[in-house]
Amino acid sequence: MAAQQSETPIAYELAKKQKEISVAEFFTKNRHLLGFDNKRKALLMAVKEAVDNSLDACEEARILPEISAEIIQMAEFKYKVVIEDNGPGIVKKQIPNIFAKLLYGSKFHTLRQARGQQGIGISAAVLYSQLTTGRPAKITSRVSKKEPAHYYELGIDTQSNKPMIAKESEVEWPKEHGTRVEIDLEGEYLKGSQSVDEYLKQTAVINPHVTIIYTNPKSEQVIYARATDKLPEQAQEIKPHPYGIEMGMLIDKLRWTESRTLQSFLTSEFSRVGPGTAKEICQHAAVLPNTKPSEVSRDMAEKLIQGIQKTKIIAPPTDCLSPIGEEALEKGLRKEIKAEFYCAKSRPPAVYRGNPFIIEVAIGWGGEIPKEEKANILRFANRVPLLYQEGACGMTKSIMETNWKAYGLQQSGESVPYGPVVILVHMASVWVPFTSESKEAIAHYDEIKKEIKLAVQECGRLLGSYVRKKTRISDQIERANMFEKYIPEVADSLAVLSNGKKEKILQGLQKMLVKPEIRQEIIEEGDSDDKLYRMEFKKEAENEEARQEAS
Amino acid sequence: MKKQDKKPVKELESFGQKLVTDIEKGKNPTIEFSLRSLSNVVYDTKTKTLGLGEKQQQRAFFNVGHAKKFLQTLEIAKISKNLLDVGKHASLRDVFYMAKRTLPSSNINIVDDQVESDKSLEDLELITDCSREQLNINANKMGSVAGNVVIEDSGDSINWAKLGSGGWSIPSNVEDVEFKSVKAKYVIYMEKQAVWERLHEDKFWEKQNCIIVTSQGQTTRGIRRLLQRLNDEYDLPIYVLADFDPWGFYIYSVLKFGSINLAHMSGTMTLQNARFLGVTADDALNYDLKKHFIKFKDVDMTRLKQIADYEWFQKNKDWQRQFKLMKDFGAKLEIQALSSKGITFISEKYLPEKIKKQEFLD
Repeated sequence: MAAQQSETPIAYELAKKQKEISVAEFFTKNRHLLGFDNKRKALLMAVKEAVDNSLDACEEARILPEISAEIIQMAEFKYKVVIEDNGPGIVKKQIPNIFAKLLYGSKFHTLRQARGQQGIGISAAVLYSQLTTGRPAKITSRVSKKEPAHYYELGIDTQSNKPMIAKESEVEWPKEHGTRVEIDLEGEYLKGSQSVDEYLKQTAVINPHVTIIYTNPKSEQVIYARATDKLPEQAQEIKPHPYGIEMGMLIDKLRWTESRTLQSFLTSEFSRVGPGTAKEICQHAAVLPNTKPSEVSRDMAEKLIQGIQKTKIIAPPTDCLSPIGEEALEKGLRKEIKAEFYCAKSRPPAVYRGNPFIIEVAIGWGGEIPKEEKANILRFANRVPLLYQEGACGMTKSIMETNWKAYGLQQSGESVPYGPVVILVHMASVWVPFTSESKEAIAHYDEIKKEIKLAVQECGRLLGSYVRKKTRISDQIERANMFEKYIPEVADSLAVLSNGKKEKILQGLQKMLVKPEIRQEIIEEGDSDDKLYRMEFKKEAENEEARQEAS
Repeated sequence: MKKQDKKPVKELESFGQKLVTDIEKGKNPTIEFSLRSLSNVVYDTKTKTLGLGEKQQQRAFFNVGHAKKFLQTLEIAKISKNLLDVGKHASLRDVFYMAKRTLPSSNINIVDDQVESDKSLEDLELITDCSREQLNINANKMGSVAGNVVIEDSGDSINWAKLGSGGWSIPSNVEDVEFKSVKAKYVIYMEKQAVWERLHEDKFWEKQNCIIVTSQGQTTRGIRRLLQRLNDEYDLPIYVLADFDPWGFYIYSVLKFGSINLAHMSGTMTLQNARFLGVTADDALNYDLKKHFIKFKDVDMTRLKQIADYEWFQKNKDWQRQFKLMKDFGAKLEIQALSSKGITFISEKYLPEKIKKQEFLD
């Protein structure tokens, strides 16, 4: 064989071909991992990444976001996406890194609830734009009225994952602060459940404090006006909780820490670990608390992880979470979904693998929601709509495993219920467990599914009692109508039987129908909660009056 | 109008007039009649039949729970009255379709299912004290008869001995049938059509000088009435041939004591002289049929227990012995199992022997 006859081992030959792969190069070939797998989705992803960044930036700077999104069609499959915000802007020297270097960002190393996590999003959009059009991304940003606005045209060097600056200048810009992103890309604009339109609409639902002005490729403008001036609570940054730590992460942390002893390492790098707890962990792990972190071996690290699992540690703090809140959530839903009944529930914080999270659920029922269709499920993670992979998502699964028949909807087995209903599920967490980097579906953690089910059930019960009350009232009306329909038939039969005149019998029966004691007989269902039911009937009528007066 | 139609018409008219009077008085129109439910079915030990007790039920029009049934009862009454007025008969199915209408500008049907019109008719029988045949409504024909009998029906003379392989099919109303000549000595009623066909092919009725009658499964009213007339008018003994299982026993029970469902009709419907010919537990032993046993299912055992507890069987030692043996076997036997002894065994050996020895249960 050739390999055996050769003087030098084949491995040396092979070694010539082995070299580092750049992140940018990797994603060039694996764009689907970031969600850019087809033209339609690519357009959505570009809009989504830019809008998510804008919202995160505005909230961090405590500015009420006002975002304009515009999509312009250049050729059949070529579009220009322009996203402009009133955020804090970006300092000049960071602009190239943020937009033209993959895995560059402020959020990856912190544990705080935010839309973006990995620092891939917007630079991936820029990379995709470059791959499909060869054009640079055009960025304008200004941090204050005292400073000029900076304009950049940026590309990415895929070999080195470094920004390539095609053009930079200072420009005139009417905005005092904010950022404008302009990206050309290959895409396809379609309407429907996975469209840019739907994404922006859902963003407006879940962020009632945001105003979005959207112009689609057909030059139709939609304004999603804000429903509240209250910015969401600023989420606090937290250290990781010991229960969520994994081997590799622990070894990394041990290597880079500035702490001199294991005990101080544990107290300073993790949340909810004081000196006492740290000692206890060391004890359980059979490792000395004064060991130098740099001297902790792999075996010891493994023991440490086991020690952590054996130690009782209080749950992580939850001020790192910023739920939307029941009131705002309901407002958001009311704003964009024309339903007849709304309700919203926020669960208390819970924890999965050391990560705190909060589940919120809202339900809209009736009104203009289609009656005979599957329930419309709106999924959100940290205020970002999830439009793809509905079937694979833990949220969908939890909804399917809930018994909706009890709440007046139709459902066959464990499936998505049918009926005029919109079910909104939001998960707020410092770390949302997505099933992939394109962030489309939530992983099926039992703790998360349990919380979702509890929230869904709370809303479901409210829905159920509303639907039941409503059907009861419509039953009463139907019953009264029923008698009106029966009377002519009965009169006809009696006329034949008694050889009498139908008209006379008919009038006699109709006269009786309006008698109070007969009326009572008709309304009554004959069961024991009759009284309660009439009270409800009355109350409902009053509510209806009040509602009409108010509007 | 025929003479015998006068009573039903009168009853229907007074029923209608009563309700019209209610309306004229401003009273909620209400029908009152005997409660037709298991709780009101009583066994009369003197007459040995099932009958209705004292309990009454009311059906008011202006009452959410009653209105639909009220409407249905009146609809059926109207249909019956119209039939009587023109002297025509209709089947239960016809009546169902005559009543099945959608009320104008609604999605409400007067009846959705034949069960509803059938039930209303049974109520009407109670209200008017007329059988449905008197109300000109007939059930389906479901039985056959053969034997040395000549009758006249609707002006046609019919000889039950000369009707080929199918025999005479029994109409649901046999009131107008006139017996011209009855030469037979007794009647065998069997639950299985196949057994009837066997006996008919073997000319059993000719050899034994009897009448063979069958229906499919439960005995229809027409057949019961026919058997009753043969028993009443010609004093012919009635023998019942059924499977050795709880359901076969029940067929006999209904024939002899009346059914819970039609307790109000017991007077004209029961056959107190009926005897159970077979198949009995003793037959299974005597004729070595145990190898053809079919194992009991849970429902069979439950049904057997229910039947054994019926008031009219409770003090009957012979029957209790049968029930006990069946329970011990934990199995049932079909009449056709007799064919294992030869195809003509039933007609040439089994039945002649049993009748000769007078081996029946009462």
